[in-house]
Amino acid sequence: MTLKTTLSLGLAAGLMTGAAAQAQTEIEFWHAMGGQLGETVNQLVADFNASQGDYVLTPVFKGTYEETLTSAIAAFRAGEQPNIVQVFDAGAATVIGAQGATIPVQQLLSENGVEFDIEDYIAGVRYFYADSDGQMIGMPFNSSTPILYYNADALEAAGVEAPTTWEEFAETTGPALVEAGYIPLAQSHLPWIFTENFFSRHNLQFASNNNGYDGIDTEIMVNHPAIRAHFQALADWQEEGLFSWYGTGWGDNQNPFEAGEVAMWLGSSGSFGGIADRVEFNFSATMLPYWEAVTTEPTQTFIGGAALFAMSGFDAEENAATAAFFDYLDSVDAQVMWHTETGYVPITTAAYAAAGEQGHYDEFPAAEVGIQQLSLPAGDYTRGYRMGFYVQIRDVMNREYSRILTGEATVEEAFEIIETEANELLERFAQTQG
Amino acid sequence: MKRAAFGHIGFPILLLLPQLVIIAIFFYWPAAYAVQSSFYAQDMFGFTSTFVGLENYTRLAGATNYVNALNFTVIFTVLVTFFSLTIALLLAVKADKVIRGAKTYRTLLMWVYAIAPPVAGLIGVMLFDQSRGNLTQFLASFGYEFRLGVNYWDTASAMIAVSVWKQIPVNFIFFLSGLQAIPRSVREAALIDNRSGTSRFWDITFPLLAPTGFFLLIINITYSLFDTFGIIDTLVKSEPGNNPLTLVYRVYVDGFRGGDLGGSSAQSVVLMILVLILTIVQFRFLERRIHYT
Repeated sequence: MTLKTTLSLGLAAGLMTGAAAQAQTEIEFWHAMGGQLGETVNQLVADFNASQGDYVLTPVFKGTYEETLTSAIAAFRAGEQPNIVQVFDAGAATVIGAQGATIPVQQLLSENGVEFDIEDYIAGVRYFYADSDGQMIGMPFNSSTPILYYNADALEAAGVEAPTTWEEFAETTGPALVEAGYIPLAQSHLPWIFTENFFSRHNLQFASNNNGYDGIDTEIMVNHPAIRAHFQALADWQEEGLFSWYGTGWGDNQNPFEAGEVAMWLGSSGSFGGIADRVEFNFSATMLPYWEAVTTEPTQTFIGGAALFAMSGFDAEENAATAAFFDYLDSVDAQVMWHTETGYVPITTAAYAAAGEQGHYDEFPAAEVGIQQLSLPAGDYTRGYRMGFYVQIRDVMNREYSRILTGEATVEEAFEIIETEANELLERFAQTQG
Repeated sequence: MKRAAFGHIGFPILLLLPQLVIIAIFFYWPAAYAVQSSFYAQDMFGFTSTFVGLENYTRLAGATNYVNALNFTVIFTVLVTFFSLTIALLLAVKADKVIRGAKTYRTLLMWVYAIAPPVAGLIGVMLFDQSRGNLTQFLASFGYEFRLGVNYWDTASAMIAVSVWKQIPVNFIFFLSGLQAIPRSVREAALIDNRSGTSRFWDITFPLLAPTGFFLLIINITYSLFDTFGIIDTLVKSEPGNNPLTLVYRVYVDGFRGGDLGGSSAQSVVLMILVLILTIVQFRFLERRIHYT
């Protein structure tokens, strides 16, 4: 759009709303939801704007998660920050570490007279974006968790059920699917599914300082025998044809499942809507399998995706507008709409119950699996993790896991490198925090 | 011809000023800022900033993945420059000889120029896709399993192929106009002296094309180092993983994606110095051997 048309449109809009516009507080919301998801965000915002007359929220799409975060930070340094910014899981430490850049959501809501009870939220959602005292800093927005999707037709042909444990997969499900002519297993995100959530599912400590929540001088504890055994198993399964790895790209691993070549795929609970639109075969989902050898009482996973942060530097009026939007976002109607449209999990138990009452899970049982998994019993190390430079740490993991799966490195070598490089990064992050 | 002269020193400065201001704002200022921040460890929001001396540089020297990226960048730059220059030269020489339908041929050879690097990368992704790529299927018919994003050298080959393909038209245009600028009389004289087309090319045409070639050499090296970013980003699906990466892409990965401003600034300073040295070497040693007509 040229400057001229923008100006004239703006002018026209100004004239039409007239006097009413002057009384309204306008705030901005930067997000990273493109395509269909972006449409749903726009719908959500339009619903909010229509629901009340005091505030007008403008959503702005800023590209990928990384781009959105970087633009928001650059804008903050220039004093031009948006009121609300969407920050993804791996970027949480950067934003939460920068005290004074954001207003904790819990504080913002109570200051503006909105009732807040963290117990209203689904268990796995509560504390990922919270500080060490359990105060919620970021409002979980698009929340997802890794689950196992399966091609029901393929499993029927092989005469097996979806596995609950990795032992079951290795002994029964996998070989039967190979027999039936399928590649049994693929996954789309090794650091998220087979590292972060691997630790949570088995209630193993992932980093010192309570997984990094209690301090900045954190050390990663990724070099654990259980995960080394898991990656050794993956490498063996790859050799035996039980598992296939198609690179670091998410879609490259999802496509063979949708094409019907791979029978089971580990992806996001938020992938549900897309798969339902595209595949011909019957599919369903189940919880992330666990190793019986590691634990007999598997615990919950935590949320991935992103949260909304209220940035600081605005007057009380604009902060009240932000609080009003967060309040609206938490409402049952908004949550149910967001959940059923996108496949992301609802963040409150009330919204979960409402979606159930509407019969959403009778129609799509797979849509409930993520919430069930997030509601499993918690453990000491299931709330998530908080580590700085985590995007780079994930890049190191991806690189070394690739080396394992292409035979360039042994599991032991790779995990030693991950441990060393991740700790160097954490040390450097602590340095940048002064 | 009468030499134009300015009566007052202020006027030429005034005329130069817009250009100088643009260079200062968009080049010198950011470059100076990069040098400065390469000595600091800084949080992304700019709240805290600690002076760390040369630590950002010394860490680079010890980082295996940085050294790997450096090695790959050298290989990548040499191969992309070599293939895009030679293929373009071959096409230009052949197209220069075509008389009937010359315009059509030339247009067909040039139009790839209009494609943006990320779009070129996307075409590469479609051609080399693991399950659906046409070229992957073609290679599979020879029994070779091409795996983009899994096998390091497969990914590297795809990057090089797409980068070369994208750059050939630029070189082609320059080579073709260079060829057409060679005087007819010189060609005819050479034709009388020597009947062999190949040796005529090496003795007469090639030296006369040298100024164009030298210019293109610099342009192609710069292209391989910097402008291939979009192609690389698309081909690796924005996931560094264990994929081959160039130095410029690493600056982006560490700084923009990872938020390590100090480390990424140090990398861009190193890159700046490398390009500076390269340019000096080229002008000092190579240009001496080139004759401009």
